[in-house]
Amino acid sequence: MEVRRLVKMANDIGAFFERGGDAGGVANHIRMFWDPRMRREILVHLDETGGDGLTPIVREALQQHGHELDPGS
Amino acid sequence: MQSITDRDLGTPRPKTTRTVTVEIDHRTVEVPEGSTVMHAAAANGIAVPKLCATDSLEPFGSCRLCLVEIEGRRGYPASCTTPVEAGMKVRTQSERLADLRRGVMELYISDHPLDCLTCPANGHCELQDMAGAVGLRDVRYGYEGVHHLDAETDASNPYFAFDPSKCIVCSRCVRACEETQGTFALTVDGRGFASTIAAGMNEPFMDSECVSCGACVQACPTSTLMEKSVYAHGQPDRTVTTTCAYCGVGCSFKAEVKGTQVVRMVPNKDGQANHGHSCVKGRFAYGYASHPDRITQPLVRASIDDPWKEVSWDDAIAHAASEFKRIRDRYGRNALGGITSSRCTNEEAYLVQKLVRAGFGNNNVDTCARVCHSPTGYGLKTTLGTSAGTQAFDSVEEADVVMIIGANPTDGHPVFASQMKRRLRAGARLIIVDPRVIDLVRTPHVQADHHLQLRPGTNVAVINGLAHVIVTEGLTDDAFANERCDPDEYAEWKAFVSHEKYSPRNVERMTGVRAETLRRAARLYAKGPNSAIYYGLGVTEHSQGSTMVIGMANLAMATGNIGREGVGVSPLRGQNNVQGSCDMGSFPHELSGYRHLSDGETRRLFQQDWGVEIDPEPGLRIPNMFDAALDGSFKGMYIQGEDFVQSDPNTQHIEAAMRAMECVIVQDLFLNETAKFAHVFFPGATFLEKDGTFTNAERRIQRVRKIMPPAAGMADWEVTQAFSNAMGYPMRYAHPSEIMDEIARLTPTFRGVSFETIDRLGSVQWPCNDAMPEGTPTMHVGGFVRGKGKFVVTEYVETDERSSRRFPLLLTTGRVLAQYNVGAQTRRTPNREWHDEDILEIHPHDAEQRGIADGGLVSLASRVGDTVLKARVTERIQPGVVYTTFHHPLCGTNVVTTENSDWATNCPEYKVTAVEVAPVTRLSEWQEQYRDFTRKQEDLLRERASVRT
Ligand code: SF4
Ligand code: SF4
Ligand code: SF4
Ligand code: FES
Repeated sequence: MEVRRLVKMANDIGAFFERGGDAGGVANHIRMFWDPRMRREILVHLDETGGDGLTPIVREALQQHGHELDPGS
Repeated sequence: MQSITDRDLGTPRPKTTRTVTVEIDHRTVEVPEGSTVMHAAAANGIAVPKLCATDSLEPFGSCRLCLVEIEGRRGYPASCTTPVEAGMKVRTQSERLADLRRGVMELYISDHPLDCLTCPANGHCELQDMAGAVGLRDVRYGYEGVHHLDAETDASNPYFAFDPSKCIVCSRCVRACEETQGTFALTVDGRGFASTIAAGMNEPFMDSECVSCGACVQACPTSTLMEKSVYAHGQPDRTVTTTCAYCGVGCSFKAEVKGTQVVRMVPNKDGQANHGHSCVKGRFAYGYASHPDRITQPLVRASIDDPWKEVSWDDAIAHAASEFKRIRDRYGRNALGGITSSRCTNEEAYLVQKLVRAGFGNNNVDTCARVCHSPTGYGLKTTLGTSAGTQAFDSVEEADVVMIIGANPTDGHPVFASQMKRRLRAGARLIIVDPRVIDLVRTPHVQADHHLQLRPGTNVAVINGLAHVIVTEGLTDDAFANERCDPDEYAEWKAFVSHEKYSPRNVERMTGVRAETLRRAARLYAKGPNSAIYYGLGVTEHSQGSTMVIGMANLAMATGNIGREGVGVSPLRGQNNVQGSCDMGSFPHELSGYRHLSDGETRRLFQQDWGVEIDPEPGLRIPNMFDAALDGSFKGMYIQGEDFVQSDPNTQHIEAAMRAMECVIVQDLFLNETAKFAHVFFPGATFLEKDGTFTNAERRIQRVRKIMPPAAGMADWEVTQAFSNAMGYPMRYAHPSEIMDEIARLTPTFRGVSFETIDRLGSVQWPCNDAMPEGTPTMHVGGFVRGKGKFVVTEYVETDERSSRRFPLLLTTGRVLAQYNVGAQTRRTPNREWHDEDILEIHPHDAEQRGIADGGLVSLASRVGDTVLKARVTERIQPGVVYTTFHHPLCGTNVVTTENSDWATNCPEYKVTAVEVAPVTRLSEWQEQYRDFTRKQEDLLRERASVRT
């Protein structure tokens, strides 16, 4: 999927949880509502680019909770 | 004319449980206190002759036909205006009364044409009935004097005619327009014998402010106001009770039928959502069902550039299944998906999601609610615990303050708007939060106390500002909030909204709403005592749609406005069954009753019942499906009753996604915009052609009853079943009631629901289970469904979609009364006469700056596309904002809207698009291409060859 759209969607989620600094909330939302291929692709994006375009809270969420989000794991 | 099976008790039933005992015609009867003598008599089977009274309207006392004798009273009081008193003795028949009544009738008949045999009301005319009832035998006055017999018929309205020669000036129509509909379009013009009924300023109905709801037609005792369909088809001979297939109000109707011909639709007086009222769509706009554009043979083709082939159902289903199996084998099971329809029944939506989960083996199922009320589901579930509105419509009758946010009920939910207007005329106060001056801001006898005319995209700042005033001025109901909700979260939320960032002055800067207006509105809402929030897509279709829903729930909890009648947070749902399609497990992450797939217990329950493994991973949502189609991982889609090529944002993106798929199956009534990209077309059935249930915006489940056989031979649920069987997952339902039994078996909130329960109760509001066997009108009474109500802080995050030098205006979209959604149905009815194209509203200031004239062609361009439509220069819209609707495909509104969406649910941000508007002289390039493509697709349809075996 176009990674630019996934990044935008993830950042929008991040903006909601930003105030409480709740990276776990971001990861949980992605886990609960994103199809596995979308999760896989955003994780690949994180690995390949270090999370280009992602806001800090989203990057943190993906880094800390990547194993929960990885459909392969 | 009332329904042919209605019993008219003359005056409304009083709302009381207390009774009094009276004697009528020597019979002792117990009747509700406050009844009129007429009502008391009629309720006990004693019909007093009447003409100006009808039980949907307050008594008026003008015809003097209903005179009675009351022991101890002088004269002959009118029974329709005389309340009963304990011990009263009434006589409804005597020689003197008979004489008087004959005299009254004689006068009426002396100015009435005696063409009963050819009159459309013949057999169901109250004047005719009364002439019979009073025993009128001759008329002493001739027709030589002044009379109205030559008055001309006004046939301007496409659905009903007004023949003043038949009018008896009972003013039932005038009162229906006032009391039932609240439009005040009719008056009695002139006095005494010269008086006549006039629409507007004595103009044709179509030129007046009449909204064609038909309440006057239903109230008229003669053929003066009469449906043209009755002129055409004659009187109906039976009625079938069913539910409107248009908006989320869910009006109950008696379809009046002759054979299988619908003669007319009459709102059901016993309908618990509409109490005998309707709007122009439900009552009149059903002609699409027999429109020649309907496709009644299954169609297939290899590519969208090929002509269609007409095939048998068996062949179409076998072909569709072989294509889907091919895709599954080649690309894997996750390359398939399905869409349930908010226009179809609960049973049909349930079946499609079951097919996807059990037959396709994934969770790639979604529904049109994705693009309208998905944030409602998320926001209300998060805060209160249930993905649905908290109230019944009737709750508004107990409201002291009504706050409407981002909804336009007189256009979108007209029958509820009428009920709301009645309450507002009776004194409830009104706050409107909307960028546009909607009708309710000022309409006859209703005026909003406060109109918060915010800039599009700033809802959350407004709700936080309202909360700021309420909290900082100490107007919260702390006892309620601390007891019913988590006190720590409540304290955190209070601290959050109290921050200076959301002070009225700062909110004014963010939103354009004046600080003082915000303060006053906040105080009014908080002081209630019963304050109710009603909202629509102006709340949900934003990048912060879910946040705003949460914000409204926070406000209601903080002020104790939840858990009883007269209060609450109520979404006004767009399509007839959008609530139901969500309830049925149409979302890719949850099973019926809003249970997340990650819940192993629920999954096991379904696995046992369905005999298959259920994938625990959430599937793709509609916009994700398009993205996946474009990246090549999503190839086959089964779409029941949705037209997202027209309704979803960024049309060109969607068109590209449609072209990228290998097998698109569309099940619909017409070759809609989406079907132009399809490879298989399954002809759908209208609501007149099948059995099932719809669930309206107040969680009310009502029956849809079959009136005629499906035009294509199969109801939609039968098609899904056959497709599933062909895909190798067996389904064996003999009737939709069996599907509902399965839903009830697997869904705790539906445990007590069955066709039998609905038939017995008329309708039922879920939750309906052992605890609430007759359903639940008001939610969260005594406690929240989730346990403690959850306050969640709602930081305002400005949307990325901002006005810029290139796109300095903000576009926001909505709908009009006469059209429904993408217009596929209503555009195929005379409703076109009210609205035959989408128009761009622009403020005079913006128009002048750009040299735009009223009625002129303008281009509307955003960063994703541009289209051309006509402009209307109006002050309804604020400077800097433009507005249009999306009912006509050529107008291409969604060519302009963008892929931005709600953070939580991906509900598109239709309500904010940065645009520029400029005068032009020709259509846009997209429109030219659209025309060519449509012409080609229509040719391919016309050239279809029949290869039926
Ligand atoms: S149009 Fe019908 S309802 Fe209206 S005043 Fe005449 S007879 Fe009565
Ligand atoms: S159709 Fe409705 S709006 Fe029009 S005059 Fe009759 S009652 Fe009024
Ligand atoms: S469209 Fe809505 S308001 Fe109109 S009749 Fe149908 S359900 Fe009722
Ligand atoms: S019915 Fe009572 S006065 Fe007309």
